[in-house]
Amino acid sequence: MSTIQILFFFLTALALFSAIMVLVSKNPVHSVLWLIVVFFAISGHYVLLNAQFLAIVNLIVYAGAIMVLFLFVIMLMNLNSEAEPRKHIWMKMAGVISGGCFLMVLVSLVRQATDMQQRTALMGSGNVGLIKNLGKALFSDYVVPFEISSVLFLSAMVGAIVIGKK
Amino acid sequence: MTLLAIDWGLLIEKLVLIAVVVFGSLGIALYTTFAERKVAAVLQDRPGPNRAGPFGLLQPFADGLKLIMKEEIIPNTSNRVLFILGPGLAMTAALMTCAVIPWSSHVEMFGRKIELQIADINIGILYIFGVVSMGVYGIMIGGWASNNKFSLMAALRGASQAISYELAMGLSLIAVLMLSGSLSLKTIVEEQMAQGGLWNIAYQPLGFLIFFVCALAECNRTPFDLPEAENELNFGYHQEYSSMKLGFYLFAEYVNMIMSSAVMACLFFGGYDVPFLDESTLAPNIAAIIGVAALLTKIVIFIFVFMWIRWTIPRFRYDQLMNLGWKTMIPLALVNMLITGAAILWKAGV
Repeated sequence: MSTIQILFFFLTALALFSAIMVLVSKNPVHSVLWLIVVFFAISGHYVLLNAQFLAIVNLIVYAGAIMVLFLFVIMLMNLNSEAEPRKHIWMKMAGVISGGCFLMVLVSLVRQATDMQQRTALMGSGNVGLIKNLGKALFSDYVVPFEISSVLFLSAMVGAIVIGKK
Repeated sequence: MTLLAIDWGLLIEKLVLIAVVVFGSLGIALYTTFAERKVAAVLQDRPGPNRAGPFGLLQPFADGLKLIMKEEIIPNTSNRVLFILGPGLAMTAALMTCAVIPWSSHVEMFGRKIELQIADINIGILYIFGVVSMGVYGIMIGGWASNNKFSLMAALRGASQAISYELAMGLSLIAVLMLSGSLSLKTIVEEQMAQGGLWNIAYQPLGFLIFFVCALAECNRTPFDLPEAENELNFGYHQEYSSMKLGFYLFAEYVNMIMSSAVMACLFFGGYDVPFLDESTLAPNIAAIIGVAALLTKIVIFIFVFMWIRWTIPRFRYDQLMNLGWKTMIPLALVNMLITGAAILWKAGV
């Protein structure tokens, strides 16, 4: 096995295990922390695909900023495992079965898509994800959508301040 | 030497480098605690620790031994797992920064060319941001898991302070990136080392000032040590901690100081560059040793400035802290960015 394969299997196992732990944990704070582990594992996958910029931005934005806010809210609301409403076993079963069906549909869709046929992921090579190429693409080919989305962010920020001032 | 398709030579080389850097940083941090007490003593006109060993040089070991020997208390109502995880996270996040810092150029040993940098990734500065934003978790988790009002308050303060100053820090760095055109710390240092190249401080005095203030805030150093404000919060986020867990929190602060000093030296003061010396004329191994010495000297100077500030300036009030961060630092950083951009365009003759 090559180094990349070893790392791939390790990261996949870590991501799946911690994703399950997010759902299984009774304590919401534990769930948030497991979710952060998931983000780390996914960032590791991005690094294997040589998309370093995406990997680190995933960490800064999701694990570093959004999850901190989640943690803030959960800590201040002081949710406990005792306070969680207990659901009936049939409800849980129904949830698992319908979720599993949905997963199966998604996986088969991805497998059969014509875009995906005869394609393999570029492991450790390929340079689309490097910051230089990504920046050039964003500021030449996709400059209009990029600027429009920045205006969208600005308006969201102004909206948050207006709501906060009320 | 290839077994299991892994380059074992590279692996061993990197592991040795990691061990040296991590234990080196911890060793420096150990003596930084001693230096802190000595600097405080000099500034307050008293002798400071002078009993253990010559000039009190064994004092840090005595302190460490004391911390380890103390009784370990875990509060009954605390969240046990997270309570133990907190100090570990704080320490890990503090040490992770050292991965991208170029300690010197390369050495040639055993027929290999060994770079004295753990990982030269082309997103070095973004990596530092990622790690800095992880640093919040140690404080937040420790403060929350203690199940103590004061700890929780301090943790929330610490987290909001860190988030607020991260923004200004990032904006002040964008100006440096615009000048160097690279996110790799090694490239940034080499550009400053090149013949005729000036240190970035010459181009970015305002950027450096903003970065320095934000580094003080990120390390929870006075005048920004609101999470530890004794008069309001008893003892801050590590109030319930005892023994070596408390030691880890206190130690992580010193490691953070060393790492932010190293980053500042690399970004603004030429990293392992010695002024008025052309390193390319020297043998690579000698140049590497001189480089490490130069970087360490710069780090020590920065740490001294950190301490000097701590024992000179009183603590801010919380609203003053937030006003400074959001209403002074961020606009200043934005203006700095605009001026830099304009200067680059003017020089390019557009």
